Amino acid sequence: MVMEYKSIIGVAGPLMVVDKVKGVMYNEVVEIETGSGERKTGQVLDAMLDKAVVQVFEGTSNLDTRDTKARFLGETMKIAVSVDMLGRIFDGAGRPKDGLPPVVPEDRLDINGYPMNPAAREFPREFIQTGVSAIDALNTLVRGQKLPIFSGAGLPHNELAAQIARQAKVLGKEEEFAVVFAAMGITAGEAMFFRKDFERTGALERIVSFINLADDPTIERIITPRLALTTAEYLAFEKGMNVLVILTDMTNYCEALREISSAREEVPGRRGYPGYLYTDLSMSYERAGRIAGKKGTITQIPILTMPGDDITHPIPDLTGYITEGQIVLSRQLHRKGVYPPIDVLPCLSRLMNQGIGPNKTREDHKDVSNQIYAAYAEGRDLRDLVAVVGEEALTERDQKFLEFSERFESEFVNQDADEDRGIQDTLGVGWDLLSVIPERDLKRISPKWIEKYHPKNRKKE
Amino acid sequence: MARIIRVAGPLVEADGMRGNRMHEVVKVGDQGLIGEIIRLRADVASIQVYEETSGLKPNEPVAGTGRPLSVELGPGVLKSIYDGIQRPLDLIKKKAGDYLTKGVTVPAIDKDKKWDFSPKVKVGEKLVAGDIVGTIPETKVITNKVMVPPGMQGTVESIEEGKFRVEDTVCVLNDHGKKYNIASMQVWPVRRPRPFKEKLECNIPLISGQRVFDAFFPLAKGGTAAIPGPFGSGKTVSQHQLAKWVDAEVIIYVGCGERGNEMTEVLEEFPHLFDPKNNLPLMERTSLIANTSNMPVAAREASVYTGITLAEYYRDMGYNTALMADSTSRWAEAMREISGRLEEMPGEEGYPAYLASRLAEFYERSGRVICLGKDGRMSSSSIIGAVSPPGGDFSEPVTQNTLRVTQVFWALDAKLADRRHFPSINWLTSYSLYTDSLNDWFRKNVAEEYPSMRVEAMTILQKESELEEIVQLVGPDALPARERVVLDVARMLREDFLQQNAFNEIDTYCSPKKQYKMLKTILSFYAKAMVAVDKGMEPEEISKVSVIDNIAKMKYVAEDKFEEEYSTMLKKIDAELKG
Repeated sequence: MVMEYKSIIGVAGPLMVVDKVKGVMYNEVVEIETGSGERKTGQVLDAMLDKAVVQVFEGTSNLDTRDTKARFLGETMKIAVSVDMLGRIFDGAGRPKDGLPPVVPEDRLDINGYPMNPAAREFPREFIQTGVSAIDALNTLVRGQKLPIFSGAGLPHNELAAQIARQAKVLGKEEEFAVVFAAMGITAGEAMFFRKDFERTGALERIVSFINLADDPTIERIITPRLALTTAEYLAFEKGMNVLVILTDMTNYCEALREISSAREEVPGRRGYPGYLYTDLSMSYERAGRIAGKKGTITQIPILTMPGDDITHPIPDLTGYITEGQIVLSRQLHRKGVYPPIDVLPCLSRLMNQGIGPNKTREDHKDVSNQIYAAYAEGRDLRDLVAVVGEEALTERDQKFLEFSERFESEFVNQDADEDRGIQDTLGVGWDLLSVIPERDLKRISPKWIEKYHPKNRKKE
Repeated sequence: MARIIRVAGPLVEADGMRGNRMHEVVKVGDQGLIGEIIRLRADVASIQVYEETSGLKPNEPVAGTGRPLSVELGPGVLKSIYDGIQRPLDLIKKKAGDYLTKGVTVPAIDKDKKWDFSPKVKVGEKLVAGDIVGTIPETKVITNKVMVPPGMQGTVESIEEGKFRVEDTVCVLNDHGKKYNIASMQVWPVRRPRPFKEKLECNIPLISGQRVFDAFFPLAKGGTAAIPGPFGSGKTVSQHQLAKWVDAEVIIYVGCGERGNEMTEVLEEFPHLFDPKNNLPLMERTSLIANTSNMPVAAREASVYTGITLAEYYRDMGYNTALMADSTSRWAEAMREISGRLEEMPGEEGYPAYLASRLAEFYERSGRVICLGKDGRMSSSSIIGAVSPPGGDFSEPVTQNTLRVTQVFWALDAKLADRRHFPSINWLTSYSLYTDSLNDWFRKNVAEEYPSMRVEAMTILQKESELEEIVQLVGPDALPARERVVLDVARMLREDFLQQNAFNEIDTYCSPKKQYKMLKTILSFYAKAMVAVDKGMEPEEISKVSVIDNIAKMKYVAEDKFEEEYSTMLKKIDAELKG
């Protein structure tokens, strides 16, 4: 039932108040037509007996309180989905941006989706090889995981995301990932980078893009990730595809949320962000995963830039509490010329243990990873000490650890933006480096694996 | 007639609600969504709705149910997975598919299943509230005890035996002409603590098989503990480890506003994990409450109350229960969100002013008690709450208010987690206020000297942190020999005792006896090394002795082989550290 009203009584920030309405639903979609015929879309945030507060996605400029018409469409926001969306580019509100006609819908789905029943989920267990050593060996990504990249302004997170999108594969299976790419408030330059990269590698036809640029309407960013994830759910759970979703940049999404919250005069939580930021973010992030008995999967890689490189800022903080780990980029490593500048110490993959080991990667993987972590952490500590007392004052053992930490950064973490390093090679490099430190200090590795994989023993064969 | 006048997020306002009570459960809208009245003003009620409110319209009807938010208690609670308001998620899945859609109603406990009831009383016996009228084998591990519900008493007029549904009357009491029908199911409002006779001192440890907890910062049966820590510091793994190995008979695990995959992990893993005591799947003693972060926020608020009420129910039967809540911060945030929507005056960081009292009320529902009933059975309910402080900053309101009521503080440390020291409990900042009252138990059941060994080990670690500051300035070589031994032994304590590998088959659980012997080995090494140094042995030589390799691997030696390894190590220490 479509109802049209001209009774707009207020416009403030991204919000519009419509009076004398009847039977308006919470979260109902509103079509707005300004006096000059411009069309906009909105959504009901507060439904009262005779009044409705509507957030307007394209911004409220040109709205007036005399001629503007608001049409309540009688349904919550939906997106038309189809497999033909692969290869297409849409704007942040889901309209074609590539000059082609709209897709012929196979289904229309609510963009907010529904929470997945925890009892219906299946635990993610399949190793994804990204070809990036610091991720594969130490913070393994598995199919159905949500693993964000915490970055800072000016760091190569886009390059890394594109590299993962390009190289990600499940060993032993030929099928490639379908990629759903959602950009919120990125610059035209960044958008261009992604498009070129996708074109160059011929990946374009397995990618659906939703692009909201920095100069596009801010509030539209609220729906961009929801459109992307609804599309991903359709492709994964209806069409059986393995989908990789890249969301960039979540910081811009949160800023838009804050704008609406302050326009509604809500009680703010930390740093002016709304108290429900955690719940809101989780509604997007939790849409990753696997469903028992279904073939498809959704793996999410959200990217966010930490304001002031501060990992305790509410956006990375709340994200880290929801996602299954994080990949943290470091300005220090970037300055040293290490690519990808992944600082492995604060990184984590919570699902790693389930995705590695015999038949998945290799039997010694877990031990090697633990040992590298312990040794690198010790080496890093020693650097501070060296700054004070000089390298000569270190014991022989400590000097080995110091050497390990240096070589770890330059040989293990560091690799080419086009280098697709297989997991066997990655572990091989890891062992070469570990052989630097005395064998009795390899406490985290089972003696069995030392015997089998230590370079010293390998040479004997 | 009552109808909706406003919908904004999880909060709905309705008018025509005069006569409905505070905290009454109501059915909202055409689909009958479940909600609870949280404010009344004249005839307008503010209702928090436990389901997604998208699509709800003003003018849709609202109907009171006349009862407060309650749970159903009876056989069938164990091995279940519920959402925050006790709706069984596995049955919802069967009925509504892979996603949680709205307005699905499924009973919390299967009303059709017949259970084997064996009577424990005879006709003519006088019973009071809490007395056990009969038993039902609920799972392979837990026998459900059908009790006289609080508020009822009388003489047994009839008692049944055989197969019954949970709502069937199995016993009739006659209290001076007033008759009570007792079924195996009770209904209890979640926000009201279940009664008991008397609270007791908490002087029996809740053994978890985790060395850093049991040996250094023990929790008592019926006690409370808080585990605060930033993300990635191992809160969830610690909670899972506790849920797996603590020596409580019944475990209630509340996943409150956390990850969906974590609940799936518990669901998939627990049926395949075996309790070291009886070799039966851990799921046989566990009930899960999963209200993940993306599920409706109001139900998240209710989930911890639902959890503690289930725990109290099994406590009342005489079982030691333990509740793990992961994470109480998400519960507090749910309170904040609802409070914000009610436009209440905010307290610190936007949290409602009643945050402290709600937290205190919740943790006070723990305790070691004498249950209702004539037999004076004793039991306990312990609460272990994870806290997720924003930015890992412990000075925030939820952590601070939690620490004011909990007796054990297990501080997780991101720095330890970064270097993969797990469990990443900081040994310098954590504490347990139960150590003194538990010392007697440890003296009697583990070893007379155990409490003093704990003090000695802590002293070494304390000394290490002081020495570290000096080392930072002058380097380790500049330290005197005795101090260098302290550093070596402290490292041994950290790496070979405190670190515990949750993913190793053997190390995942370590009995108190083995804990004692491990600690004893390290402290013997310390004592002998000190003597050796005094006799002129160089610290370098000490750090090369071969027993160090044994010590490094002792955590992976199985319990039944440990005695042998223990005496080998002690002999080696004697032989190698002669000086």
